Amino acid sequence: MPQQVDSSTLGMWVFLLTEIMFFGGMFGAYTIYRVMYPGAFASTSKYMEPVLGGINTAVLICSSLTMALAVRYAQIGNRKLIRIFLILTMIFGVAFIGVKFSEYYLHWKEHLVPWMGFQYPEHPEFFRQAQILFCFYFFMTGFHALHMFVGLGLMTWLVIRNEKIRFNEEYYTPVEIIGLYWHFVDIVWIFLFPLLYLIGANK
Amino acid sequence: MNHKVLPVRTYVLIWAILICATFTTLGVAFIDLGPWNIVVALMIAFTKMSLVVLYFMHVKQTSTLTRLFVVAGFFFLGILIFLAMTDYGTRTWLPAGKMW
Repeated sequence: MPQQVDSSTLGMWVFLLTEIMFFGGMFGAYTIYRVMYPGAFASTSKYMEPVLGGINTAVLICSSLTMALAVRYAQIGNRKLIRIFLILTMIFGVAFIGVKFSEYYLHWKEHLVPWMGFQYPEHPEFFRQAQILFCFYFFMTGFHALHMFVGLGLMTWLVIRNEKIRFNEEYYTPVEIIGLYWHFVDIVWIFLFPLLYLIGANK
Repeated sequence: MNHKVLPVRTYVLIWAILICATFTTLGVAFIDLGPWNIVVALMIAFTKMSLVVLYFMHVKQTSTLTRLFVVAGFFFLGILIFLAMTDYGTRTWLPAGKMW
């Protein structure tokens, strides 16, 4: 029934609002410290990987497209194309996480993990302030990656569910709802990318 | 059903705009615009977010009640960041006197 679809969509959006506030708290704290320590924050940019970050943004946008298409084919009940687009979405998601974790490995090798042997020899005056940015970096991208893992789990369930029952124009709510979640995770990254990777790239 | 099925080309068009916007963000970041770098980056990010919300998340087609909730969510996020900044941004305006 249309009313059921409306209420499950509304319920998912209520959950997404709590997620907006969850990430919003971190974005708010980030804004305060960025205004307080602009020099230290800008100095971290040369240790980031803007090209890898840009590629990852593109990968995530591709996964959003394939997710949107999976929802579209659920709306018209095409089981085969639902399966193909869900699996494509998961492949893009795994690629994103692979690139993200190889970036973490590079940061670890460059001693950029706060408290765990953090070194900042080029700007010793920013030794403490730069660690604040790297805390934000690891927490915000880390929580984002955690959301990606949850999304991949949900999509695995959807792929299995798609074989058992037939999603069609009368019932495709799970695909629609998990799609909303996946697009939300994409939106978080759309903001994380310029805010964490490109702070001082112009200098 | 309440959802009209959007044509594939709408989704592909939105995807193409999002990809172009991503590479614009990356390119502009390396041009020195002074304080305008962050303004441009955030304006592009807000545009991308609006496209994802309206088309991929179907808010353009959804019920008025859901739309109201979406707007409320961003409104409260705005309050969170705006009020936090009015506090931290004005702390040095007055001399630090005795509190009591």
